[in-house]
Amino acid sequence: MEIEIYEGVFDANEQLARENQETFKKSGIYVVNLMASPGAGKTSLVMHTVSNLKDRMAIGVIEGDIASKVDAMKLKDLEIPVVQINTGGACHLDANMIKQALPHFDLNSLDLLIVENVGNLVCPAEFRLGENLKVMILSVAEGDDKPLKYPLMFSETDVLLINKIDLLEFCDFDLERARDTVKRMNDRIAIFEISCRTGEGLKAWFDYLYDKVSKKE
Amino acid sequence: MHELSVTESIISICLKHAYMNNANRIKKINITLGELTGIVDQCVTFYWDMLAKDTIAADAELCFTKVPVRAKCTSCGKEFRVKEYDLTCPRCGNQKADLLSGREFQVDSIEIE
Repeated sequence: MEIEIYEGVFDANEQLARENQETFKKSGIYVVNLMASPGAGKTSLVMHTVSNLKDRMAIGVIEGDIASKVDAMKLKDLEIPVVQINTGGACHLDANMIKQALPHFDLNSLDLLIVENVGNLVCPAEFRLGENLKVMILSVAEGDDKPLKYPLMFSETDVLLINKIDLLEFCDFDLERARDTVKRMNDRIAIFEISCRTGEGLKAWFDYLYDKVSKKE
Repeated sequence: MHELSVTESIISICLKHAYMNNANRIKKINITLGELTGIVDQCVTFYWDMLAKDTIAADAELCFTKVPVRAKCTSCGKEFRVKEYDLTCPRCGNQKADLLSGREFQVDSIEIE
């Protein structure tokens, strides 16, 4: 006997993501899902972003890693609420992990929640968390061919931050080629060139994010 | 890369519907898989043997129907197969296209006895 099901494999996660989204909306929180390879500069970006914006808005951070509290410890001096999720092997955060982390925050007091996903260019793109904005980092040391090799992430993201532009002279990274490739895959993407080390280009990102959070769009 | 958690989801969907229908065994599972999802069907099959071994789905045959990535140009309306994730229209060169297929990933049906 054949039974028709037509149930999406990601349906359970999608449902939880929608519930998270409702929770965020009710509390008036804007949520950013930050994704990138290991070492691209996610934690550095979080630190710069929080330092710049925390006097203008209340920010919380969820740190996702397979193991350790290294990232949460790095953020300690910023004096904002930080929750570390250890996925214990899973290569991405999912909506349920975010849901479990939320009771650790005073949600009504937050304006912005930044979720630093597990370092990985593949899986996080597939799992919605209930976020308003998907942001990814590509560092120039990784090479400008990454959009072609990890297409889903680049097609899904709303914002691409090209980090470590202070290393451009040492790498064969062609900024124009990277921009062109990404635009062909995703024409609505916003691209910023930044260096978390020198601070170059970061102001444009802060202003962009501040505007998004203010308008809740 | 996340085929392990994906395989767990497929098993739980199949078992839920099998028990609802008082099945003794799941013989076959039909799955639609879009090429943009990046899921590798051999990996799912590999994990299946591990994860389903003590269930009524242990010997089920996994049958994947692959769906190619297709898009429709927002300017001239041309429908085309997307190669290398380049959404540029092959007819008019416009870079804006709506995705028509390729993101599917669902359990379509199960055969039980």
